[in-house]
Amino acid sequence: MAFRAQHLLGIEHLAPDEITTLLDLADRYANENRDRVSHKDVLAGLTQINMFFENSTRTQASFELAGKRLGADVMNMSMGTSSVKKGETLIDTALTLNAMHPDLLVVRHPNSGAVDLLAQKVNCAVLNAGDGRHEHPTQALLDALTIRRAKGRLHRLSVAICGDILHSRVARSNIMLLGKMENRVRLVAPPTLMPAGVADLGVEVFDDMEEGLKDVDVVMMLRLQKERMDGGFVPSEREYFHRYGLDAAKLSHAKDDAIVMHPGPMNRGVEIDGTIADDINRSVIQEQVEMGVAVRMAAMDLLARNLRAAKAENRKVMV
Amino acid sequence: MTETLFTNARLIDPVALTDSVGWLLVRDGRIADSGTGAAPTTKGETVDCAGACLAPGIVDIGVQIGEPGERHKESFRSAGRAAAAGGVTTMVTRPDTATPIDTPETLEFVARRAQSETPVHVLPMAALTKGRDGREMSEIGFLMDAGAVAFTDGMQVIENTKVYGRALSYARSLGALVIGHVQEPGLSKGAVATKGKFASLRGLPDVSPMAERMGLDRDISMLEMTGAKYHADQITTARALPALERAKRNGLDITAGVSIHHLTLNEFDVADYRTFFKFTPPLRSEDDRIAVIEAVKSGLIDIICSMHTPQDEESKRLPFEEAASGAVGLETLLPAGLRLVHGDHLTLPELFRALSLNPARRLELDCGRLQVGAPADLVLFDPDAPFLLDRSTLLSRSKNTPFDGARMQGKVVGTWVNGVRVHGE
Repeated sequence: MAFRAQHLLGIEHLAPDEITTLLDLADRYANENRDRVSHKDVLAGLTQINMFFENSTRTQASFELAGKRLGADVMNMSMGTSSVKKGETLIDTALTLNAMHPDLLVVRHPNSGAVDLLAQKVNCAVLNAGDGRHEHPTQALLDALTIRRAKGRLHRLSVAICGDILHSRVARSNIMLLGKMENRVRLVAPPTLMPAGVADLGVEVFDDMEEGLKDVDVVMMLRLQKERMDGGFVPSEREYFHRYGLDAAKLSHAKDDAIVMHPGPMNRGVEIDGTIADDINRSVIQEQVEMGVAVRMAAMDLLARNLRAAKAENRKVMV
Repeated sequence: MTETLFTNARLIDPVALTDSVGWLLVRDGRIADSGTGAAPTTKGETVDCAGACLAPGIVDIGVQIGEPGERHKESFRSAGRAAAAGGVTTMVTRPDTATPIDTPETLEFVARRAQSETPVHVLPMAALTKGRDGREMSEIGFLMDAGAVAFTDGMQVIENTKVYGRALSYARSLGALVIGHVQEPGLSKGAVATKGKFASLRGLPDVSPMAERMGLDRDISMLEMTGAKYHADQITTARALPALERAKRNGLDITAGVSIHHLTLNEFDVADYRTFFKFTPPLRSEDDRIAVIEAVKSGLIDIICSMHTPQDEESKRLPFEEAASGAVGLETLLPAGLRLVHGDHLTLPELFRALSLNPARRLELDCGRLQVGAPADLVLFDPDAPFLLDRSTLLSRSKNTPFDGARMQGKVVGTWVNGVRVHGE
């Protein structure tokens, strides 16, 4: 049992044993969720605030459900429509919220590093639900759990991450997590969507998809955001699909038992062929959603334990 | 007739590139004599330097002051005190204030404020185009008459080369110095970090260091076309250096500067999104940093400046992409510069060649040297005195320094402007 972090800001700050601890607990929650086991006592009496400065239906719902399953009082704040528009700074928003004494703060923000900044200013546990292009740790953890359950292990696998890596926080968190757990990571993208210097991170870089998928165990597709079309990163959706969309022909270069993943929401016919996404023998996309709730339950459970321990410690000091 | 005699000083002479123990006599605000033997006698004041270094005061090109418009960030008074404490005897101020300094009237206001509020020399620069928006050149002639020493749109690149070309030709006819910001604007747009592993890890919008080479190449072509007198504000990458070297060899009237921050910090110092380390251009790789230091040593890069940019807490306490860029530097320019001396990159005379002599030469000032007849703008400092920088002790109104909590060496003991002591006891 080793999970020491006070916040879950990114995979970068987690040690491999912390990742394993979290995944073990999430695995248990996943099974018990299927058996409808109730855990209403775990976060009973704690307040969880979901603060989304960027629209998200799926992640927010997943965090909300995770909190409710554990018995927390969950509040959603859609920051796009609130005081932020009236010119309040992020720090002031944080201080205002802090005064309400939440225990768990789930934050998504369009700027890289914004969640780190916020975490410095509040005294509750902060979970990063995605900051700019930086990190999306719970997504990487749920991907890891999905892989572990499908493949029976989370080491010495060959994983290809394909698509818009440049703008993807999911890719960054996954590169770090898979690297920490000693897997081979391959990145496949057109050069316009590949960040600079990634080869130094210990990954292999490909701009040819068939070559990149050769003999991999896991194919992880990323969403191509429509607004990237305007930025001139790729010539057109149809050319992108032709060269980088996952279809049966390209998938045939991976191992026969390779699994297909996607963080959602999918653009069918842009980065992934609909029949592949729906192929129950290959696609684990639905499992990813299911594991998302379990991973977020585990993360909040572990952070709440550390939070309670810290509070007990403070009380001892006070006495 | 007033005299001040400095004895037991290490005289840092950036012209002869010497560093020798001796004495220096100041009479009526000018350097009257100096030597290494026995000191003469004087009826005036004697300053026993006790082995500390005496060097020509720093001429800092590119100081931003919050007047007019943002006096809460930095006033002439606060900047003047900070400059005196930092050994900066001439501040060459930037026109990229909240209200740009682009008319003789604004310039006169600034000059008047500077005159009454600061103990050090202030030489204002003016905008090259009206409103710094790159469409119409400013009244370069009138502005020169009002005292503008150089023309620049700050970090705003004039994208329209026709406008830029006309402004450069017109400036040439008046012998005006134009200072350019050499970053190709298309590539640089929105970027807050240098392309590479660090920016990729942190997920920050980045720019290739090549943008600087492209910006410099363009400006060099513009110089060949117009023959203007030109200074590149900040050269921060290795890749820009050969182009600069070639332009100088080809006889173009070009010089180049670099900010002290790009010489002493690299991209990794940003660490966990520390906005006090956000600069324009962004901090570079360690390889670039070393290459640029070598260029200062060889003289290819002429001038080191502080790029003093005061920002209040609100402008910096934001997510990295949204935070304001720049740092205050008047008080840290010298101790940070001494890091290059203590790290055996530069000698003291080489450092002062870049801090004092070359900027004075570029602006055709007679200060910046320890020669007889030069104005007695002097800084006396102990190059080894260690201290821990606490940003709350800075005299600048804004405290946005990347050196907060840093161990530094080198303390200013005294500063003189025209032979009058403006800092120290």
